[in-house]
Amino acid sequence: MAQHKVNYTQNAGLPVALTTIDKVVNWGRSNSLWALTYGLACCGIEMMASGASRYDFDRYGTIFRASPRQADVMIVAGTLTKKHAEFIKRLYDQMTEPRWVISMGSCANTGGMFNTYATVQGADRIIPVDLYLPGCAPRPETLQYGVMLLQKKIRAEKAIKSQKAKRLM
Amino acid sequence: MRAYTPKDDVQAKAYYTDRFYVAPQVPKQDVSSDEVFATDLEAIKAKFEVLDAYIQVEQMVVIINAKDNYGVLELLRDELEYTQLSELSAIDWIAKSGEFEVFYQMLSMGKRKRVRIKCFVAKDEAINSVEKLFRSADWSEREMYDMFGLHVNNHPFLKRILMPYDWEGHPLLKTYPLEGDEFAAWYEVDKIYGKEARDIIGPEIRDTARVDRYDSERFARLGHEVPKGTKITGNEPKTPLAYQEEGGVFMIDRFDEEKSVIITDRDR
Repeated sequence: MAQHKVNYTQNAGLPVALTTIDKVVNWGRSNSLWALTYGLACCGIEMMASGASRYDFDRYGTIFRASPRQADVMIVAGTLTKKHAEFIKRLYDQMTEPRWVISMGSCANTGGMFNTYATVQGADRIIPVDLYLPGCAPRPETLQYGVMLLQKKIRAEKAIKSQKAKRLM
Repeated sequence: MRAYTPKDDVQAKAYYTDRFYVAPQVPKQDVSSDEVFATDLEAIKAKFEVLDAYIQVEQMVVIINAKDNYGVLELLRDELEYTQLSELSAIDWIAKSGEFEVFYQMLSMGKRKRVRIKCFVAKDEAINSVEKLFRSADWSEREMYDMFGLHVNNHPFLKRILMPYDWEGHPLLKTYPLEGDEFAAWYEVDKIYGKEARDIIGPEIRDTARVDRYDSERFARLGHEVPKGTKITGNEPKTPLAYQEEGGVFMIDRFDEEKSVIITDRDR
């Protein structure tokens, strides 16, 4: 039999941990950032690698969801074409607040090498972006670092304050 | 140094041409040099008018009248064993002669030969569909319509295939600028937010070399990040790489840049 040694005298004898609402809510939000499966081009391969066993996104609580209604963060991974622009807006609108957007790679940031008629010159022309990841394509480490920076950003937010909906305009 | 010429319409013509330059031509052989092709050409000539025919890179090129395209392809498929249409598209020669060149790349697996059927269609004319002969022509003709605006008669579903349905212009025309016309530049803004949003969102930044070091709204200097909207003076302190906030998870706490040992000697 296991010998459980519970120290009933710590915390003044109470099995209680004190914290603030902000910290608890942000702890929950930042450590279960469910990402929308949103690979648009070759960056999607790096995003998949980040989710697979070698880089293992589950450690951060980031689990890819195939529905915007279950997702907290949209990782725009790849070239955003003008034909697709209305769909990214629709998917973003379907995500519930609070929601965040990571723009992954040069194409999603600025259009990248696709200086052409068919490419949106930056996903931030359509939706508000929280984090821009440089690279073509960014390695999974970059995406991991980006998610950790986003976690840091979320933890710095006031959770109990009414959330101002993020709008591009 | 050569004289400067405006480069905003580079698709229309090359901005520099050598005065003595002669474009290299792929050598053409007479069709009689190949027995199989010679008999094929005789069979086509018996029923249709052939404007020109030659062999280039071991493939026969036959130039016909545009109105005969269905008949010639039917003859090739049913009687001459060219059972596959591997490719079909157009070339924009509007600036040169005011017409499109439409080509059909045919393959005969039995004869192990390829034939290219070419015809010329004036800018405002349409061409007959060959979709009834080859199912592969369905999407190819839609793409041809999408990219060149060349209409195809009798096509079952002539609609844009690559560009959005409400797109204006045909991007593979030589007169279409690579970076798009005004419609293309504002397409997503107009469609999603409406025309009145143009002033708020602003024009596309097409200059890839554009760097605004005082713009902390969009990008901060790497390693010198500041909060959004901060006034930049140029003397921002260097921010060390941080993977976690202060007092974070103990495992990750070890990845602090200042506490880490960076190994520079690879052969250590």
